[in-house]
Amino acid sequence: MSHEHADPHPSRPARPTGRALRLGVGGPVGSGKTALVAALCLELRHEMALAVVTNDIYTTEDADFLRQAGVLADERIRAVRTGCCPHTAIRDDIAANLEAAEDLEREHAPLDLVIIESGGDNLTATFSRGLVDVQIFVLDVSGGDKVPRKGGPGVSLSDLLVINKTDLAGHVGADLSVMERDAARVRSGRRVIFSSLREHPDAPEVSDWVRAKVRRRAGDI
Amino acid sequence: MPLTAPLLLLADSRLPAGGHAHSGGLEAAAAAGQIDGMAGLEGFLRGRLATAGLASAGLAAAACQHAAAAADGAAPRWAELDAEAAARTPSPAQRRAARAQGRALLRAARAAWPHPVLDALAPDRADGPFHPIILGACVWVAGGTPVDAAVIAATAAISGPAAAGVRLLGLDPLAVTGLLARLAGDVAGLADTACRAAHTDDWAALPAPASPGLDLLAQRHAWREVALFES
Repeated sequence: MSHEHADPHPSRPARPTGRALRLGVGGPVGSGKTALVAALCLELRHEMALAVVTNDIYTTEDADFLRQAGVLADERIRAVRTGCCPHTAIRDDIAANLEAAEDLEREHAPLDLVIIESGGDNLTATFSRGLVDVQIFVLDVSGGDKVPRKGGPGVSLSDLLVINKTDLAGHVGADLSVMERDAARVRSGRRVIFSSLREHPDAPEVSDWVRAKVRRRAGDI
Repeated sequence: MPLTAPLLLLADSRLPAGGHAHSGGLEAAAAAGQIDGMAGLEGFLRGRLATAGLASAGLAAAACQHAAAAADGAAPRWAELDAEAAARTPSPAQRRAARAQGRALLRAARAAWPHPVLDALAPDRADGPFHPIILGACVWVAGGTPVDAAVIAATAAISGPAAAGVRLLGLDPLAVTGLLARLAGDVAGLADTACRAAHTDDWAALPAPASPGLDLLAQRHAWREVALFES
């Protein structure tokens, strides 16, 4: 880095690759991925430079939602079309998403965080490590409390599992303790956060988790 | 000489080079009601092969030939070939799609077969090089010939739209594979035609079949509010 000699904290490691942290947000249709991304943008945009890539199977609806919610400037949101295969675009053939992330970084340098939101998909979806550094998988309780037991790479391997819409648990007969126990069984200690974006639109726990990941990458902690 | 294993990788639809998200106009044609079954798909693919496929095959063969010359120390003429590709691609939406796929293929190929010829093609502009040109250079780097480049380019011109037909229209994948197998004979003949023109240095003489129908479909696709594919 060009300012290396002027760094007042010479012991602080530089960003490993000189680029922003890339965060994947995946999960089934309707679980609250876009709402979570909007919450993260609103929470974090004043303290770090960020941009978002959306992967909608239909149109640019997710990108439009983020724009209309006013959470980020238009030019910081890029929409990628996935040819009917949202999982392919985040896992097997990441070309379009890599391009979008790199374009955003080049146009808005330096960025601290690029969030890549997958199109709604099934439980077997997971982000390639070639595309993201860390990933969040979002479930919601109305999909049934058996979902964590079914596992799949998203549930078991994601760095953070968010179980959303806990405010609906009583209405759909979902037992949160069952979900917590089953998730713990397949996740080898990786973090699970229960959230209700309706009750806490700022997603405080998830925001803190992302904040810590960004700081760690930047070498602040 | 038979196709070598590296060339099979280049021709594999699972190559992570962004192709899966491009329908080559098929989505727009299906949305307009022009294709709703196997007969419609066959007509579309035959038309695409004879136009976009032939143009792409000629450019890929020329690029393969030129990659060999450039590696031997000839002055690079990539910008000239790029202009020939642009001249054969009047639709701005198709140009964007072809350049995006070119960039993606170059990224994959540089990971697979690092070579100075490919480094020289790395885009210094955001738009990047056309897909058939990158493909031709990749084929040479992977050990292939201009005929191989033409065959792979022509095949890619129909295999992507065929897969899009399976996804968008629920067509029988076995029937679609049968159709692609029947078209394979046409691919071979077309590749020969493309290569004859590519063996001269007069790139203006490369095949330049017009396909206004495909141009219009590409533009219509770009204007659609609801689309699943990039093109």
